[in-house]
Amino acid sequence: MPVALELLLYLVAAVLFVLGLKRLGSPLTARQGNRMSGVGMLLAIVVTLFDHGILGYQEIIVGMFIGSAVGFWMARSVKMTSMPQMVALLNGFGGGASLLVGGAEFLKAELAGVTPTIDIGITTQLSLLIGSVTLSGSLIAWAKLQEVMTGKPITFPLQKVINGGLFAAIVGLAAYQLIVPQQVLWPFYTVIALALVLGVLLVIPIGGADMPVVISLLNSYSGIAASMTGFVIHNNVLIIAGALVGSSGIILSQIMCKAMNRSLANVLFGAFGGDAGAIGKSSEGLTVRQVTVEDAAVQLGYAQLVIVVPGYGLAVAQAQHAVRELADLIERRGGEVKYAIHPVAGRMPGHMNVLLAEANVPYEKLCEMDQINDDFQRADVALVIGANDVVNPAARTDEGSPIYGMPILNADHAKSIIVMKRGMSAGFAGIENELFYNPKTAMLFGDAKKSLTSLVTEIKAL
Amino acid sequence: MEALVLSITLFVLATFLGVELIHRIPTTLHTPLMSGANAISGITIVGALVVAGGGFGWISWAFGVSAVVFAMMNVVGGYTVTDRMLEMFTKKPEAK
Repeated sequence: MPVALELLLYLVAAVLFVLGLKRLGSPLTARQGNRMSGVGMLLAIVVTLFDHGILGYQEIIVGMFIGSAVGFWMARSVKMTSMPQMVALLNGFGGGASLLVGGAEFLKAELAGVTPTIDIGITTQLSLLIGSVTLSGSLIAWAKLQEVMTGKPITFPLQKVINGGLFAAIVGLAAYQLIVPQQVLWPFYTVIALALVLGVLLVIPIGGADMPVVISLLNSYSGIAASMTGFVIHNNVLIIAGALVGSSGIILSQIMCKAMNRSLANVLFGAFGGDAGAIGKSSEGLTVRQVTVEDAAVQLGYAQLVIVVPGYGLAVAQAQHAVRELADLIERRGGEVKYAIHPVAGRMPGHMNVLLAEANVPYEKLCEMDQINDDFQRADVALVIGANDVVNPAARTDEGSPIYGMPILNADHAKSIIVMKRGMSAGFAGIENELFYNPKTAMLFGDAKKSLTSLVTEIKAL
Repeated sequence: MEALVLSITLFVLATFLGVELIHRIPTTLHTPLMSGANAISGITIVGALVVAGGGFGWISWAFGVSAVVFAMMNVVGGYTVTDRMLEMFTKKPEAK
C-alpha cells in the first residue's frame, strides 16, 4: 500500500472517531456513534496489518485472539452496577498497552544499535511513565471499587514528599537514559518499576467515593499515553485519538470536582473522608424517626409527585429494577415519579443514569440537579435511596463542614422525606447528615432492594 | 524537527477539538462516554501491531505480544461494553 494512501486511511479513521464522539451527544444517536468509532478502529487496524513493516503475523494473530476473547468476555459478563470497576480496568489496559509499545520500541532501537533522536527519546520516556502510572493506578482504583482493598484513604507520614522524590527520581533516570551509551538498560527498567510504584502511591490516599474523579483522570492519562506512543512511532492517528481521549477525561474530572466544590488538587492530595465522627456537627441528643414499610407505602401510594434520589447504595443493593417497579406502580395510581441525579452520585460520572437505563427508566425522567432542585418543594415525597452527602443540608449552612459549599439536591425542601439506608453509618465524607434528624424525615432501614420490594407489595394491597 | 512541530500542532488542535466535543455530551451519557473514549485510546493497538514480532530479543518480543493483548482487550472490551450500555438508552420505553 502506498504510504500516502495509508496516511489518508488513518485520517479517515481519525474522522470517524470525531464523528462518533459527536454522535454521543444524544442518547438517540449515541449507539450509532460508538459503532462509527468502532469502524474507525477496525479501519486503522486493517491498514496497519497491510503495513510492510509488520514483524510477526503469528504473534499478532495469537495476541489479537487472546485480547479480543478476554475483552469480549469481560464486556458481556460485567454487571451494570460494576461498570466503574470495568472502566478502571479498561483504563489500566490502555495505559499498559502504551507502556508496552513504548518499551518494545525502545528495546528494538537499543538492540538494533539505533540511537533515537532526542524527541523520540523524550516521548518514549513519557509513554513509559504515563503508561505505567495509568496501569498501576487503575488497578488500585479497581481494587478500591471492587472492595478488594479498603476504600478509605491510606496515608502515611511524608507521603507527598516521598511521591515527589519518586517523581524526581523517575525524571532524573529518564534524563540519564537519554544520555547514556547504548546497551545500558537498567535506567529503563528502573523508570518502569518506579513509575508503577508511583501509580500505586498516587491512588491509595484517595477515598472510594472520590473514584469518579480518579477514573476520569486515569481515562485522560490513558489517552495522553496513547498520544505519546504516537509521537514515538510517528503515527498521527494515535496522536489525534489520544488527544481526544485526553481532553475528555480532563473535562469529566473538572465536572466532578465542580459538583463537589473541591479543587482537583484537593481530591488528589486531600485524603478526603473516612474519619467517621471526627468532623461536623455532633448528633448527640438528636433522634431519628423510623417508619414502617406499611406507613411508607401509604405515603408513596397517595403521593402526587415523588422524587427519587438515587445514590451509591442503590448500586450496591442492585435495586434499580425494584425502583422502576415501584415507580410504575405509583404512576399507575396517578402519581408522578422523577429522578434527581446528582453529578457525583455513584462511583463514576453517569453511573446512576446507566443503572436506571438498564431498568428501562426513560432517560427523560432522569433530571439533573439544576433542572429539578426547584421541584422538590412541590414533591410530596423525596425518596432517598442509598444517597447521603449529596442531600446533606450542612453543605448549605454549616461553614465548618468539610462539604460546605458543595451544591446539593434540595431533598429537605420536599413535604416529606423517606430515607432508605442500611444503617446509621455516616456517609463517605464521614459527617453526620442533618437531613436524617429533620422532623419531616422518616428512616426506612434495611437492604434497599428488599425494602423496595416490600413497598411494592404493600402499595398493591392498598 | 518540522515533523515534530507538525505532530505537536496536531496534538494541540485535537485536544481543543476534544474539549468542544465532550462539552456537548449530556451527563446522562457520561459513563458510556468514558468507556467509549477508553476504547478509542485502544488505538495504541496500531503501535502494538507494528512492534509485535521477533528478532530483537525475548524481552522485546514479550513486550510486543503483551502490548497486542492489552490493546485488544481495551478495544474489544471498550466498544462492546459501550454498545451494551447504549443499547439500553435507545431501547423503546413501551417495552413494558
